[in-house]
Amino acid sequence: MSSFIHGLMRFRRGAWEMLASILIALGVVMMMQPLALSLFSYSFVVTLVGTVMFIITSHFPE
Amino acid sequence: MSPTQFERAAEATPPILAKKIRGLSDRAIAWIFVAPTIFLLLAINIFPLIWTIRLSFTNFRVNRPNAEVQFVGLDNYRRILSDADIWLTMQTTAHFLIWTIVLQVLIGFSLAYLINKKFRGNDLWTTIIVFPMMLSPAVVGNFWTFLYQPQIGLFNYVVGFLTHTDPSSFSMIGDVNLAPWAIVIVDTWMWTPFVMLICLAGLRSIPGSIYEAAECDRASKWRQFWTITLPMVLPFLMLAVLFRGIENFKMFDLVVQLTGGGPGSITELTSINLKREAFEKWRTGYSSAYAVILFVTVFGLASIYVKALNKVKER
Repeated sequence: MSSFIHGLMRFRRGAWEMLASILIALGVVMMMQPLALSLFSYSFVVTLVGTVMFIITSHFPE
Repeated sequence: MSPTQFERAAEATPPILAKKIRGLSDRAIAWIFVAPTIFLLLAINIFPLIWTIRLSFTNFRVNRPNAEVQFVGLDNYRRILSDADIWLTMQTTAHFLIWTIVLQVLIGFSLAYLINKKFRGNDLWTTIIVFPMMLSPAVVGNFWTFLYQPQIGLFNYVVGFLTHTDPSSFSMIGDVNLAPWAIVIVDTWMWTPFVMLICLAGLRSIPGSIYEAAECDRASKWRQFWTITLPMVLPFLMLAVLFRGIENFKMFDLVVQLTGGGPGSITELTSINLKREAFEKWRTGYSSAYAVILFVTVFGLASIYVKALNKVKER
């Protein structure tokens, strides 16, 4: 966990890509969950942020 | 000595063209070869994508070409993301996704584990198992429609025989409770071999020396499975899950052929719902926004997929 936070602080690709992947997965889960319409409403924003973040962070150094 | 293929090509080139080409650098010649592909890619993929994004901010309807097109901002997105029917469609897709992935991974991995063992007729069984994924989804949808027929269908007959019920007492594609499972069964039947092949590649990449070392340490088969086989096949399993997840998120042809989204809208997946919005209700701007939402979701999943693929390659 500390290496993950350290990676985020130092703008390392692995940690930021992991964060972006978590956001994308969270967005997809929010889009398809049957519990709350409000979660569905915000799912696209979360997925979009994750996807854009993934594109940007894939250019970060290893 | 006879001239080589290159020499013959050089001789056949008209002098005027030869003079022009001689002055070009290697990079320029490479661009000449690549340019048609780039042009086609831009025309077929990139331009429609940009056009769709542009349309998603308008109220354009393709069946009313003369009507004034108004810029509506994020209104289409707001309406889609607060629509309970679309939310329900997403849940239907989720049901389809989760069950197909769970079944395909379980059955696919089990089959791969069995096929990986050396036995007589191994290659023949592999070919037989892989056969369904070679078929067209339209063909599969069509013949499973016959298999699911309550009166003459083989599936109903087998289920009736095993459960001692009347085969014509239930309809897999006409019953609201059974129709979602009907498409899950067909997709599982068709795509489990694909998961099996990926798992088989993973199993065959494990060096035998690791198992030999485990045998020396007197590790049981059960322990070998949990501490060697499963962890080493896990990246491949992840790959299979992501690949099938992306593919099933876009699933259209098989379901249209089988149930057409019915009965009612119980098997209406997002792709079918999108097609209805775009080509039955003709709400082009609205459906463009819908398509952009699905595109971003699939693109995001595909990004994770590529990352997982690179990890597998690194091994």
